[in-house]
Amino acid sequence: MRLHEYQSKEIFSNYNIQIPRGHLASTPEEAKLIAEELSGPVVLKAQVLVGGRGKAGGIRLVKTPSEAEDLASKILGSRIKELPVRRILVEEAITFQQEIYLGMTIDRQYGEIILIASSEGGVDIEEVARLKPEKISRININPLLGLRDFQTRDLASEIEIPRNLWRAFILIAHNLYRAYTNIDATLAEINPLVITSDNRLVALDGKIILDDNALFRHPDFVDKRDISAEPPEETEARKFCLSYIKMDGNIGCLVNGAGLAMATMDIIKHLGGQPANFLDIGGGAGAEKVAAALRIILADKQVKTVLINIFGGITRCDEVAVGIRHALDEIQTDLPFVVRLVGTNEHEGKQILAKAELETADTLHEAAEKAIALAREID
Amino acid sequence: MSILLNVETRLLIQGITGQEGSFHAQQMFNYGTEIVAGVTPGKGGEWVLDGKVPVFDSVRTAVEATGANTSVIFVPARFAADAILESTDGGIELIVCITEGIPISEMLQVRQVIQTKNIHLIGPNSPGIIAPPHQKVGIIPDSITQQGTVGIVSRSGTLTYEVLYALKREGIGTSTCVGIGGDPIIGTTFDEILSFFEADSQTESVILIGEIGGQDEEQAADYIANHMTKPVIGLIAGQAAPPDKRMGHAGAIVEGGIGTAQSKIDALKNTGVQIANYPEQIPEILKNL
Repeated sequence: MRLHEYQSKEIFSNYNIQIPRGHLASTPEEAKLIAEELSGPVVLKAQVLVGGRGKAGGIRLVKTPSEAEDLASKILGSRIKELPVRRILVEEAITFQQEIYLGMTIDRQYGEIILIASSEGGVDIEEVARLKPEKISRININPLLGLRDFQTRDLASEIEIPRNLWRAFILIAHNLYRAYTNIDATLAEINPLVITSDNRLVALDGKIILDDNALFRHPDFVDKRDISAEPPEETEARKFCLSYIKMDGNIGCLVNGAGLAMATMDIIKHLGGQPANFLDIGGGAGAEKVAAALRIILADKQVKTVLINIFGGITRCDEVAVGIRHALDEIQTDLPFVVRLVGTNEHEGKQILAKAELETADTLHEAAEKAIALAREID
Repeated sequence: MSILLNVETRLLIQGITGQEGSFHAQQMFNYGTEIVAGVTPGKGGEWVLDGKVPVFDSVRTAVEATGANTSVIFVPARFAADAILESTDGGIELIVCITEGIPISEMLQVRQVIQTKNIHLIGPNSPGIIAPPHQKVGIIPDSITQQGTVGIVSRSGTLTYEVLYALKREGIGTSTCVGIGGDPIIGTTFDEILSFFEADSQTESVILIGEIGGQDEEQAADYIANHMTKPVIGLIAGQAAPPDKRMGHAGAIVEGGIGTAQSKIDALKNTGVQIANYPEQIPEILKNL
């Protein structure tokens, strides 16, 4: 689960990492009031869960409260990379001498946490990593030992933090690590962490991603999930524990298992078709879940054909068939379906669907070929 | 011979009285796996599988009483890391974790502990291991397998079934099929399983089923280049997948351009691995080796 910038900063602040003074505004009037309270130039930052906000015009510097109001009225309600802006973070503008990058995430290969820092932080950090890898320092943290003092000293020295700021930097690294582990994050990133003109370290921007598998330990965060910030079909999918990602093609896919769902999209593409989505109904899905999945697929107006590929193991083909029947009773559609059911209770499933007279297939290859041909006929 | 499982395997099932655990216990039992014990805290003293298998309160007491050396875990996600550590502590040598959804922070700790011991952890989020015709630890449907000379190692569940099915339709059997699990932090990686297949006399060729994310396939390519003499066929899922919802800049810096389907395919092709575009192509490639 991705947190908004303002949510990430709340966490930083709770862990004694300095952030700019500021508040969240959802109307232009609020933006003005906050700007008045802060006095002096302020930065307006659109709160959307997408990278590259600044380059898309979502981060603006203004000098007066009335300018803040004007600009806020333009940004609020607009869209950044298709996502609606409903809230703006209004913060004091901070002048700085240097931007630092400080982030941590999982190192899958070693099964550890990796701490990354660079003296050249800011929006182009990935370019820095690519072109000047020597400017990126990494330290692996053994999860049983935690982050040690000597490691943070090494990091401060490697990225050439001025000596008089070592203490402050080391404290921030420790605090970020404490936050990361306490909230079960898989990413915690301060970018940039700036050295201000008056020689303080302040977190100007940040991003935190939480481990969905650990959310049960943090019910307070679940309530903070910003559903308005994501496409409605993804919200609907999550409600039924489905994993759905919309794509641009015209063949809707309903599959059990992430690997098989990807392989189904791959073969469609390999044979010259275009998948409309990734959809994994998970293991052991019941009829209700299957019907919900089908509703989401059919709500996509680009879909011309539906390909259902189920390899029953824990999932039972008869349950899937009942779900398909329910959805078809409920939603009137003329779109052609290709249904492939193999594995647990395959025969029962096929019998349930016999009356619906849907196209069937024995192999994945055959199913994909049929779906592509049907989609072409319609287009 | 198969890998990981053999005639010495004495299986203990953690979570044997749960819905999934009891169903799959019966399936494994019917297939011929030697199930010697079950563990469900609070239900010690009961008997399951028609009174043939005793249930214990702890792994330690189960191992002492039955000599179990392998365990399979069906307990819910929030208790699963503890179940792995309990098996580790109880002296189990091979632990197969089927459970999906274990918090990453817990798996990081578990992996550190496993690394210091002579233990193999398969999974979590794994479909398990099957060595036809009589050995199965996990949930792989046995009806789609038959004994043979092809080793399979996979990060996926149902995609593995698809491959097994495609092989069986063409009359091709497996020596052992191992699902190493789809989670970011797993106990055993591709290269370790490849080394077992390389050393196994029954296995003549290997199918590696990977997917986007992480660097496991790239690491496997390294291993294949330096150590494998047996032919390897690769299938990588995710070529048509949308760009992963990225893990911030840190993820991009750590992976640095690798982790995509294309980088995995390129790495494997460079070592002479033949890449199948879809499951049903694999039997053809095998026949032409």
